[in-house]
Amino acid sequence: MINFVQLCINGVAIGCIYALVALGFVLIYKATETVNFAQGDLMMLGAFFAYTTVGLWGWPFLVGVGAAVAGMMVLGALLDRIVLRPVVGQPAFALVMLTIGIGTVARAMTGAMPGWGTETYSIPTPYAGNKVNLGELVISVEHLVIISVTVGLCVFLFLFFRYTKLGVAMQASSQNQLAAYYMGIPVKTVFSLIWGLSAGVAGIAGILLAPITLVDVNLGFIGLKAFPAAVLGGFGSIPGAIVGGLIIGVIEALAGFYLPLGFKDIAAYVVLLVVLFVRPHGLFGQMARKKV
Amino acid sequence: MRFLFRTTYDQDIRLFQFTHQKAWYAVLLVALFTAPLWLHVVAGDNADYYISVLESLSGTALAGLGLMVLVGYTGQVSLGHAAFLGIGAYAEAVLLGYGVPFPLSLVLAALISGFVGVLVAIPALRLVGLYLAIATFAFLIIIQEVLARWESVTGGNNGLRVPDMVLFGHELSEDWQKYYVVLICTVLCFLAVINLLRSPTGRAMVAIRDSEIAAQSLGVNVARVKTFAFFLSAAITGLSGALFAHKASFLSPEAFGIIASLNLLVIVVVGGLGSLHGAVFGAIILVAVPQLLSIAKDHLPPAIAGTPGLEAGVFGLILVLTILFEPLGMYGRWMKIKFWFAMFPLYKRATFKRQKSYMKTERVH
Repeated sequence: MINFVQLCINGVAIGCIYALVALGFVLIYKATETVNFAQGDLMMLGAFFAYTTVGLWGWPFLVGVGAAVAGMMVLGALLDRIVLRPVVGQPAFALVMLTIGIGTVARAMTGAMPGWGTETYSIPTPYAGNKVNLGELVISVEHLVIISVTVGLCVFLFLFFRYTKLGVAMQASSQNQLAAYYMGIPVKTVFSLIWGLSAGVAGIAGILLAPITLVDVNLGFIGLKAFPAAVLGGFGSIPGAIVGGLIIGVIEALAGFYLPLGFKDIAAYVVLLVVLFVRPHGLFGQMARKKV
Repeated sequence: MRFLFRTTYDQDIRLFQFTHQKAWYAVLLVALFTAPLWLHVVAGDNADYYISVLESLSGTALAGLGLMVLVGYTGQVSLGHAAFLGIGAYAEAVLLGYGVPFPLSLVLAALISGFVGVLVAIPALRLVGLYLAIATFAFLIIIQEVLARWESVTGGNNGLRVPDMVLFGHELSEDWQKYYVVLICTVLCFLAVINLLRSPTGRAMVAIRDSEIAAQSLGVNVARVKTFAFFLSAAITGLSGALFAHKASFLSPEAFGIIASLNLLVIVVVGGLGSLHGAVFGAIILVAVPQLLSIAKDHLPPAIAGTPGLEAGVFGLILVLTILFEPLGMYGRWMKIKFWFAMFPLYKRATFKRQKSYMKTERVH
């Protein structure tokens, strides 16, 4: 039993990472109907940014992380402005391929960047290696930090979308572009800001993940596991993405322990396929029936 | 300027619209089939190298053709086509290992792969666009894991040696012999697909791509045509995989991962979606870029030249630039150049201008 609880806690911590990446997908998908296949690579870039500021330049941890996240937000907004905006309105397939291309370019550029390269790095964190004992449970501080930052970020995003003018504008533009435009919302700028927000969230996910998996160029492939999470959540709902991420994380942790070797890596995808075959638009997704 | 003056309905579905096309394709075929002869004269000692490049080019074009049928003509996105490549390759190796004679094993490998394609298609019928892309991606990951873990059959991560091709008692181990096998398969498949696309089934595929609802209203059996497209696409890709197995002569699951899948997508997107020429143009890019890169590496600073992901990065860059600046791909550029000469000196850039379109939403408001 204690084993089970322990596994669940580890699963929830990893699930939080999936949830954050899935959250990034959902933010962008809701607004622009683009699935950003480069989200995992944005996560990798976020980790590398933090490695640069904290590890290479020796900035204080919080300052360095803040700078890295800010850098990610600018990068995300620029990406939308320069690469994505010219292809708005093209078929979804073109956009999927475009973001896949961006992801591979980001990986190659990171690998070729002087000072980054293809080795594995670690970001010095003030909390690395500490553990908390709760009775028989052992929870590492890294996992606690991941869970609490995720919760904090969710609360922040909820308040942001609910009470700020910009948040409401973002909701409006993702619900109906044309109506939002008529109401005087600068829809294009809002889209860029959403990309910035999403890249920032991805960056935070990368930095949180860094103490567990270390930082390397292929960190982004972990982001692919966020697809099952986002699909479970229905791709259009922010709470759905969080719940989906947690479910995937826990399933993976349990599959790794109770099922034979190899199931850990594919458990998430098996769940994804089963869900898609039963409900083709995700668990919480709305059925889309096109009017003719 | 050439004018099309139609006098019969047959003109629209002719294999070749103009007589000079027949001549050009004949020249191309003769050039390809005599390549081992004239390459020896032109390239001398390097001939074997060029023949093996031509062999992989033709195999790659075949794989591209498989994906093109599905993505370019039926409009179904697949991020998992490398799985069919893998299934074809492993099926070929395992069948040959059980003593199935060679040409039959190719056919069986293609059929096995096609059958798996049908298995994927049946649930995939309910999925659209994005969800289909993600489901096929999940399928790829699962197949790759199966190839790695099913050790009694596939040899797992230790890999699997592929027996040589033996045709009527002769062992085909020379490059030029393999080249002919691949070339014949590729030409036959291209001819089959060209003819299929002129038929009602082919037209139905294109109709589904352009508007599923319209196709359904016109009496197209969407489920059947989609399933057939999956079968055909998987079978052709599987055949290409089986041929690849002989070229590689040693199989390991890593060769059929997400990178291979992306390379296949690079073929169809960069080559030009919805054109068979595109599959060939894309294959040329896919085969030529690594060769050019290995030449360029001597002149690049070592920090960049030594990057392991350089090749994938260059493909990604080509992909991004293509989608941004030439959505019709290489084939689109080819059309524009031809049109420029046909219209000379009256070419207008605006002819091919991308139409401004509002975002087509798939949501219900």
